[in-house]
Amino acid sequence: MSGTRRRYSKLLLVALAALCLPDALRLTQSTATAGSLHDSIRSAQRKVVKIYGAGGVSGLEAYQTGILISAEGHVLTVQSYVLDTDDLAVVLDDGRKFTAEILGVDPVRELAVLKLPIENDSLPHFNLAAAPLAKVGERVLAISNLFNIAGGDEPVSALQGVVSAISPLDARRGSHQAAFHGNVYIVDAAANNPGAAGGALVNWRGELLGLLGKELRSSATGAWLHYAIPVDQFVASVETMEAGRTVADAGTNSSTATDPLSLAALGIVLVPDILPRTPPYIDSVIADSAAGRAGLRPDDLLVLVEGEPTASCSLVVDQVIRRESFDDVRISVLRGGKLVEVTLNAEAAEPLDETGEDESSSLEDSGYPAESNDLNGDDAGMEDLEDAPAEADEATIDEAVDADDAEAEPAVE
Amino acid sequence: MNCYHPILVAASLLSSAAAVRGAVTPDPAVVQAEDQRAAAIAKASAATVAVFDSAGAGGGSAVLISPDGFAVTNFHVTAPCGAAMKCGLNDGKLYDAVIVGIDPVGDVALIQLLGRDDFPVAEIADSDQVRVGDWCFASGNPFLLADDFTPTITYGLVSGVHRYQYPAGTLLEYTDCLQTDAAINPGNSGGPLFDAQGRLIGINGRGSFEKRGRVNVGVGYAISINQVMRFVPMLKSGRIVDHATLGATVSTEEGSVVVDDILETSDAFRRGLQYGDSIVRFADREITTANALKNVLGVYPSGWRVPLTYRREGESFSTQVRLMGVHDESELIELVQSEEEQPTEPHPGGPQEEPKDNGPKLPVPGLEGLLKKKKLPAAIIGKYEARRGYANYWYNEQAQQRLWTNYVERSAVNGIGYNWKLVGNVETGGAFELITSADRAELTLPTGHSGAIFTGDLADQLSPPRSGGMLLAINAWQRFIDKGLRRFGEVYYLGKLPHGPDNRVENCLVGYFEGMETRFFFADETGDLTGIELFTADDADPCEISFSEFKEFEGRRLPKRWLIRHAEAPFAELVVETWNVNASQPSDAPQDGAN
Repeated sequence: MSGTRRRYSKLLLVALAALCLPDALRLTQSTATAGSLHDSIRSAQRKVVKIYGAGGVSGLEAYQTGILISAEGHVLTVQSYVLDTDDLAVVLDDGRKFTAEILGVDPVRELAVLKLPIENDSLPHFNLAAAPLAKVGERVLAISNLFNIAGGDEPVSALQGVVSAISPLDARRGSHQAAFHGNVYIVDAAANNPGAAGGALVNWRGELLGLLGKELRSSATGAWLHYAIPVDQFVASVETMEAGRTVADAGTNSSTATDPLSLAALGIVLVPDILPRTPPYIDSVIADSAAGRAGLRPDDLLVLVEGEPTASCSLVVDQVIRRESFDDVRISVLRGGKLVEVTLNAEAAEPLDETGEDESSSLEDSGYPAESNDLNGDDAGMEDLEDAPAEADEATIDEAVDADDAEAEPAVE
Repeated sequence: MNCYHPILVAASLLSSAAAVRGAVTPDPAVVQAEDQRAAAIAKASAATVAVFDSAGAGGGSAVLISPDGFAVTNFHVTAPCGAAMKCGLNDGKLYDAVIVGIDPVGDVALIQLLGRDDFPVAEIADSDQVRVGDWCFASGNPFLLADDFTPTITYGLVSGVHRYQYPAGTLLEYTDCLQTDAAINPGNSGGPLFDAQGRLIGINGRGSFEKRGRVNVGVGYAISINQVMRFVPMLKSGRIVDHATLGATVSTEEGSVVVDDILETSDAFRRGLQYGDSIVRFADREITTANALKNVLGVYPSGWRVPLTYRREGESFSTQVRLMGVHDESELIELVQSEEEQPTEPHPGGPQEEPKDNGPKLPVPGLEGLLKKKKLPAAIIGKYEARRGYANYWYNEQAQQRLWTNYVERSAVNGIGYNWKLVGNVETGGAFELITSADRAELTLPTGHSGAIFTGDLADQLSPPRSGGMLLAINAWQRFIDKGLRRFGEVYYLGKLPHGPDNRVENCLVGYFEGMETRFFFADETGDLTGIELFTADDADPCEISFSEFKEFEGRRLPKRWLIRHAEAPFAELVVETWNVNASQPSDAPQDGAN
């Protein structure tokens, strides 16, 4: 009994020590950067530029933001109607004004690289190659000329918040109108306002984490999304644009598979796609296929593919071919008023478990921690995170507790 | 079985440990930071006011700045309320409040809460020291949520400083304001923005919203507290206070700010500023763009005096300029009243939308009901008097009486009359003699002798030459003491204005007689008359007399040292040795037997 107690108190000590750790870490981090927060903001402001171009009519602002990415005056910004002009003005932090030319564009990420006519090779700029990855819960600053508040040589605005989630952009008709499906940083700061697109998301050390995206509003919920595209999602694309080339649509789209999965490979035959939005009913299931083994039946209605709502046969095809032929794909069907979820793998010989509660869905090849992918396609969840910064903190606490469990258990055995 | 038991215990302990983690592992630095923040919020909350109109139909926020209940809010919050409003504090009590003064251009209003002389007040910070990246918090009553008047606190970052926001309609221009991402929502209007230590740095009043509806999208604007506190003494006059202009228009040309046009009646013109000059510094700030000048100008009340540096053909000139009003008096009253014609928003007190070509245009609330007859609550009867040009004339009259009584009683100048004989020295060497009566005055200086007669057209009697009318100014002073507030002519309290060679900001009474404006300046503590400015015409430089070294002459407290200036140049500095009242009159005066 006393042995048990000793083991138990030892366990408690370990647990408590582990629990203290995140706090201690956070404190060190904040005290280390607190003194220089002003400097971090100022340093980032110097690398952000104001862009003035086409627009100014019917609710289209004629301005946006950009960031300097080279000492020789390369500017990264979002591709938009603002750039549709021969007289594209770029105003630097010091008030100097230049007419810029467009070097290249990336239609998928909707980015463009501009070049200033400048000999100067000492402009302050962000180093894309050295950009760190952000974590959920990390404190961030959004630096941009939102609402064109900063005129002339005034420094641009700084807003603060935390990274609420790292999640693939829920980009599709009926949700967010965007072409990019890769991971984005969802932030709780009101970062993506008119004119903010192309601004910098930086950490408290002033290091670039991502580029503020264009305004996106969910057509389902009406909520505006506050997000930034992580640097690692566009760093290669920027190199192509800097070389003066336009990024090709296919191939660079991270969400298009190299060896795409097909419905046929899964063993699903949908009803003939004859209407503009044919409901995706299963017409027949090929015996001895993944679908057959998982028990899918004719007349099942596909409602979710990988958690994303699907509304038509063509949309299902789009969603499936974004995945690799060897990927697991999670499908929910409506059968007799009940939702049935299955996970299929075209190349697996044996049937996979009926998932139900099981979260065995594959992670995107992103290098981000698993917990950040929970938001996948969940509109309601995304809205919550935008509105509630506290959730990020909770996430950190959960992580800590999970870690303890992992450490604590061996101590008992 | 025994083996699993500890795991279960441990698991349950882990979850409970997680629940009380803060209590178990308090890092002193964290606890201290939290305590500081809580203390700052507690201090700030006590001074935060929830403003409601008397009918309880709408409202906003305000902040107390003095224990006798003076509180600052937005003009667009008080405008729909009329003369009276109800104000809640976080002690749960509701107080009556009365309008004191308004600044419709700057969107500021001063109100007074009644019923206590020990109201909790906000500590005032220097808002020019606020930097981008400072933490701040807004306190107020967004969406009129608080039933018990406990303010809502929203924390955020200072996103920008020295911001300029164009006027909404014809009024409500925000210049040199603070920008924050602390949530500013409808109902926060007029409420305070505090720094992390709980010191007042601004008054929240506007936000950028555009297509996202009238709720916070991370951009709120606060009027800097330095601007507000500069206007507060003006607002205590009960007047409708105007903002200032230089009397010149400028544009940015190749990195310099060049004068395009200048009014010949402006003080700037008289100080030498010309078409084509470039403005380098204004009010101790470097000016690099036309916008920057507009930004700095907006924080000053009409009549303020600021240093100006301009450049012409490579040469630099520095001077002081008196700023003129943006509007003339009747123009401002008409603007405020014409705004009244416009429909008001159903829920007043929301932050004002910044005007955008493409944004929804919101009607700007005007002086709704302020100039109309409304039934006043009993508590404010006797503290409100309607008069054209004033938000509340009662406060003006109170200030006049207070200054007059303080001066006349404490200096014992009552009955000093017109017949004076002063003898003394001139600072630059030699002696002077000043002899005055009701209808004439003579001054003898080492440089010559001059006199003035006060029976004909006074505006011609500007002697001695280059003084701007020193003898006339002394006559106005004697007349002011003799006739008092009621019979001098039209008299009103202006507020506090810089005057004299060292630009001291002091109380100013303005009196008109014979078409001339005389300004009398009084020290706050002693009640002494510290200066006189006599303007013989609207577009003329005044004669300025500054008084110092007060001492007793024949039982009266009077100034020993007089500095007379005109057109930014000293005319003479006199040191009075003897000051005889009822002395011999100038030669041919019919004063037989008067001595």
